[in-house]
Amino acid sequence: MLILVLKRILLGLITLFIVSLITFVGVEVLPGDACTTYLEREAYGAALEACYKRLGLDIPAYERYVSWAIGVIQGDFGYSLSGEMKINDVLGPRVKNSLVLASASILIGIPIALLLGIITALWRDKMPDIIISTFTIFSMTIPEFISATLLILIVAIWLEWLPGIVIVPTGASVSELLPNIILPVIAISMIMTAHMARMVRSSVIQVMASDYVQMAILKGVPYWKMVFKHVLPNALLPAINVVALTIAWLLGGVVVTEVVFNYPGLGRLVIESISNRDLPVVQALAIILASIYVIINLIADLLTLMLNPRLKSLQIKK
Amino acid sequence: MQQVVQEIKNLSIGFTSKKGEQISILKNISTTINKGETVGIVGESGSGKSTLALAMMGYVKHGLFTISGECIYQSNDILKMKNRELENIRGRKIAMIPQNAGQSLTPNLKIGYQIDEALRLHTNFQKEDRDVKISELLNKVRLPSPETIAKRYPHELSGGQQQRVAVAMALAGSPDLLLLDEPTTGLDVTTQAHVLELLNFIAKDTGTSMVYVSHDLGAIAQVSDRVIVMYSGEIVLDGPVRTILKNPIHPYTYGLLKSIPKLTLSGLPNSMSGSQPQPGTIKEGCSFYDRCEFAEDKCKINSPELEFVSELNTSVRCFNHKKLHKKKDEDTKSSKKVLRKLTKNEILDISSVSISYAKQKFIEQLLNKIDDTNPTVKDINIKIDKGETLALVGESGSGKSTILKSIAGLIKAKDGIIKFDKNKILSNDLKKRDANYLRAIQLIFQNPDESLNPNHTVEEIVSQPLKLYFGLSGNELKQKIIEVLKKVRLGEFYLTRYPRQLSGGEKQRVAVARAFAAKPDIILCDEVTSALDVSVQAAVLNLLQELKVDFGTTYIFVSHDLAVVKAISDRVAVLYQGRLCEIGPSENVYKFPSHPYTEVLLGAVLEPDPDIKPKLVAEDIVEEKPPEKGCSFQGRCPRLLGQICKTDVPPWQIDENGNAIRCHIKINDLKNQQMSN
Repeated sequence: MLILVLKRILLGLITLFIVSLITFVGVEVLPGDACTTYLEREAYGAALEACYKRLGLDIPAYERYVSWAIGVIQGDFGYSLSGEMKINDVLGPRVKNSLVLASASILIGIPIALLLGIITALWRDKMPDIIISTFTIFSMTIPEFISATLLILIVAIWLEWLPGIVIVPTGASVSELLPNIILPVIAISMIMTAHMARMVRSSVIQVMASDYVQMAILKGVPYWKMVFKHVLPNALLPAINVVALTIAWLLGGVVVTEVVFNYPGLGRLVIESISNRDLPVVQALAIILASIYVIINLIADLLTLMLNPRLKSLQIKK
Repeated sequence: MQQVVQEIKNLSIGFTSKKGEQISILKNISTTINKGETVGIVGESGSGKSTLALAMMGYVKHGLFTISGECIYQSNDILKMKNRELENIRGRKIAMIPQNAGQSLTPNLKIGYQIDEALRLHTNFQKEDRDVKISELLNKVRLPSPETIAKRYPHELSGGQQQRVAVAMALAGSPDLLLLDEPTTGLDVTTQAHVLELLNFIAKDTGTSMVYVSHDLGAIAQVSDRVIVMYSGEIVLDGPVRTILKNPIHPYTYGLLKSIPKLTLSGLPNSMSGSQPQPGTIKEGCSFYDRCEFAEDKCKINSPELEFVSELNTSVRCFNHKKLHKKKDEDTKSSKKVLRKLTKNEILDISSVSISYAKQKFIEQLLNKIDDTNPTVKDINIKIDKGETLALVGESGSGKSTILKSIAGLIKAKDGIIKFDKNKILSNDLKKRDANYLRAIQLIFQNPDESLNPNHTVEEIVSQPLKLYFGLSGNELKQKIIEVLKKVRLGEFYLTRYPRQLSGGEKQRVAVARAFAAKPDIILCDEVTSALDVSVQAAVLNLLQELKVDFGTTYIFVSHDLAVVKAISDRVAVLYQGRLCEIGPSENVYKFPSHPYTEVLLGAVLEPDPDIKPKLVAEDIVEEKPPEKGCSFQGRCPRLLGQICKTDVPPWQIDENGNAIRCHIKINDLKNQQMSN
């Protein structure tokens, strides 16, 4: 078991290394750089060279990569180009903001998704299923920028219940953020819940059709007991990985929603730093997002391993 | 007057088709189950036997509904009961033992919990008493160390053990009626015989009535007092087991019995033409009309009613049943088997082949070597002559399919050499094999559903080898495809069909056609009939035999069904844990099984005759790995000599009939010991 965990962690590190290389090379080969963007029309001659020198862009690429990588391992992402501030200080509040938004969506969205998925599966082809399934398919197919805009139109403009966009400073405290994130959370949850509910539904239906559930019925196990003891533990196992991917997606910043609501999270930072050619920030973001995916998936795999007796004993045997 | 446990009255169950028609799966079934009686329900897949058994518990599968009729249990119709009432009957009064216990035990719950659940629901025992009861039940189904078993998860048990747990669970509520849905299908022969023996013991011990559903007349014969034969959703025959199996007065049962290969008869069984009609296709007349050799014109228009024949105490659904009374099962077997011509024309020479499933370590991969002192298959030496049919038999895990795959090149052998046509060495790497050798060795798989591409038409499937090996195209290709299909008795109109539009037997014919299209020298058959119904199995066996006569093909035939093997093979090799135990001409191996394992295997075969009981000579322990040293069969051998069996690999011995065995006991001593039993 320990060897397996170590193996997975090693694999994760290799993934991160490859991601860092790819982003570095990618940003490098694209035309244009921080100086040309920063200096705009004056990007020529002495001014440009001075800028290169100041930002250290005159050093060969591989050397820059190595020194940057060493910094990252020590937890220092270096300086951002455009704002010329420490990247750690840029990222800190953004990460916190994204965490707040993601946690709120997870806390609301996942329980609702599980509940809807289970309800639709147990009342398959009956009224509750038809109503909920129509709704989930509907909210799955509408792109989030449309549903988000509609939400703003209805709730903020017509009804005037909530502010339409988030107007808080990037470093706002959690209590300042909370009243502002209600609409973004609804917009995110709608699409996320729909996806997950469909997944849970098909998983539960599949387990309900299994031989062991038929056996439990024929054994005389009362319906709800059967659902909780025989169906759900087995049906929700595959859901763990989907939940993990959703969480990683949320933490990585929901780009479109953040832009629509003007929310100061990681997603908006990605857009901003790319358009500013802020190479060090882009690299830092890529590493952070990749780490989130790697860590969350690792947790999900280990959780599955622990909850599935079949896999558990397989591992022990090895 | 016998006490009735359950009475089924005019039961019809069906579904609504896409066109809105009501189609019956069960048609007007009426029968009674008496106290203490074991009733066997036999029929091929799709005959409605499982639907009937489930209906007896008030369970109708998703999509099906009761059209009419009732199942009376204690003067109430079980089909009209509410869930609450059913929960009090299921598991307590009527219990089910499912077909595939492995899939019928909830994977995330421990064995102990699942049995305890039944006890909690259906008895008033306190926790401590229930723990005692769990051990008692597991003991009763003869599972070793019940306390350990109770703490295990279902997947940690072997198939036979899982089935025993299912029996224990069903017995937890001390039911009046046990329903068994193919409880031994999928188990090894020896395990199957043991489970059946256990069921017989339980029936006697507890006085429980049983309904035993199976397609296997051999199993039915061992457990039933009375047999119901179902065909196309109807009861066609219902009577005492001996009458049904020894004097079957319905043409379907008569044909079915003749199509089963038996150990006591030589040669191939007679096949029954056609297949069971799809539900809803028979509008009038007898549903067996198309396949019946006794059919008359009136059978096409009028449906026969179930008629009671008092002298045989049997009900039968046939106008012409009198023709079959007293009709002795005259040996119609026209020994179609072509005996091996004794030409010493060696086509395949397998020498010292060992195969390992152990994962290569990194260094071993570099050196392209496998270091496994105890491989899955070890030291196989077999020479096969041209035109011979060699069968490999053994229980699951005996390595028979593994050997087949390594001949085909699908698994790399660790050691040893396979030579083709006297001196051409076949590489153990498929990619290095010459196209001509690839053509020369063809494989037919167990399950045609999985071996035929569902998106290809029959024409495309059969055309592949013709294009690949002979470069045919256009009209020439089409003519050849038609010719090949004709050989497997499929007409031209099959060309455009997809596998899903074919019946099981037809699909397997297409697979056979695909193999023969390559004009192979050797055909490897991997359990080719196990997924088929009995009546279809005989047809496929006959087809293989005819093709062999026409083309002089060599077969290597893998099967766990010893009766099938006897019918088709010239020579048999018996394997245990990947090691050869015995090899010899099949007539001799079956007549004088010398090796203790062959004796155990043959003893466990179930004949469709209630008077021939299986001989259980060894425990059905499941061994996960072959022993490191000594004889492979030491763990289960009923004739273990002593220390020598555990330390030394037994030598080969050959008797005067040509049977070669690997045993420390002298071959003649073995025979004398068997005689004296």
